[in-house]
Amino acid sequence: MSATVLFLAAFLASAVEMVEALTIVLAVGLARGWRSALIGVGAALLALAALVAALGPALTVVPLGALRLVVGGLLLVFGLQWLRKAILRASGYKALHDEERIFADESERARRTQVRGWNGLDPYAFTFSFKGVLLEGLEVAFIVLTVGSSQRNVPLAAAAAAAAFLLVAALGLLVRGPLTRVPENTLKLGVGLMLTSFGSFWGAEGAGVSWPGGDAALIGLLAFFTCASLVLVRLLAWQRTRLQPVGAEA
Amino acid sequence: MTRARALGVFLYDFLVGDDWLVALGVVVLLGATALVAAEGMPAWWLPPLAVLGLLCLSLRRAARS
Repeated sequence: MSATVLFLAAFLASAVEMVEALTIVLAVGLARGWRSALIGVGAALLALAALVAALGPALTVVPLGALRLVVGGLLLVFGLQWLRKAILRASGYKALHDEERIFADESERARRTQVRGWNGLDPYAFTFSFKGVLLEGLEVAFIVLTVGSSQRNVPLAAAAAAAAFLLVAALGLLVRGPLTRVPENTLKLGVGLMLTSFGSFWGAEGAGVSWPGGDAALIGLLAFFTCASLVLVRLLAWQRTRLQPVGAEA
Repeated sequence: MTRARALGVFLYDFLVGDDWLVALGVVVLLGATALVAAEGMPAWWLPPLAVLGLLCLSLRRAARS
């Protein structure tokens, strides 16, 4: 059961980040040419794979209790960030992530920027793709390493990330545009809930807690945080409409 | 900005994000959980309630700002 949830968490988190990276790569590739953009993507993926390959085995030598305490704490902080932002977006306090607008802005900027080529490579296209994929990919690598190492199964988490990459790349090739119909905020809410649940579960185990029901407590935590988050979304949305000036709503 | 400082800022933004009280709260809650567990008392109830409390506080601050 833990392996299934681990795979799902790593897969969904990776998919969300890859959709954002795809928008950047599409914008640069369509505006300035694919060769340099794809070389940038390849270089970023190699750097990320090297990071996971180097740190993954290194984490296996750390005692499991200490690893779960630290990793659980990091996952909690990370998961609460995602959860907080997703709740604020769902309740209207924060704007939804607009892939179409980002694509338009990045395409325009890429078209306007003039940089001298170097050995047939467009430095702007390379750098932008490299940076975009690397930054989004670092969150994926973080989740793969933390979630994977706590279950002593980094390869499974890495496989989930790879599966997400292939799915998003295939969708990108099919659609040939930003994936605007992906319910990003719903996915982010789901990932935030999973990371927060994992972080609570493993962080508490690392602190010496014995969960009633063992691994099944993870499902209980997920259900608890899901119900609480849905209530918080409703409460905040209600509060927001109550605080709006009269006549502001169409 | 020196490279070391830039890396520090990046890591802070990456790990802590835009609400440092959440990160501090997590450290405090895990410490409290460890103390309760070390006394031999059941401590499983503490993390979910404390995490929910942290989330509510953080949302309240964000909604007010």
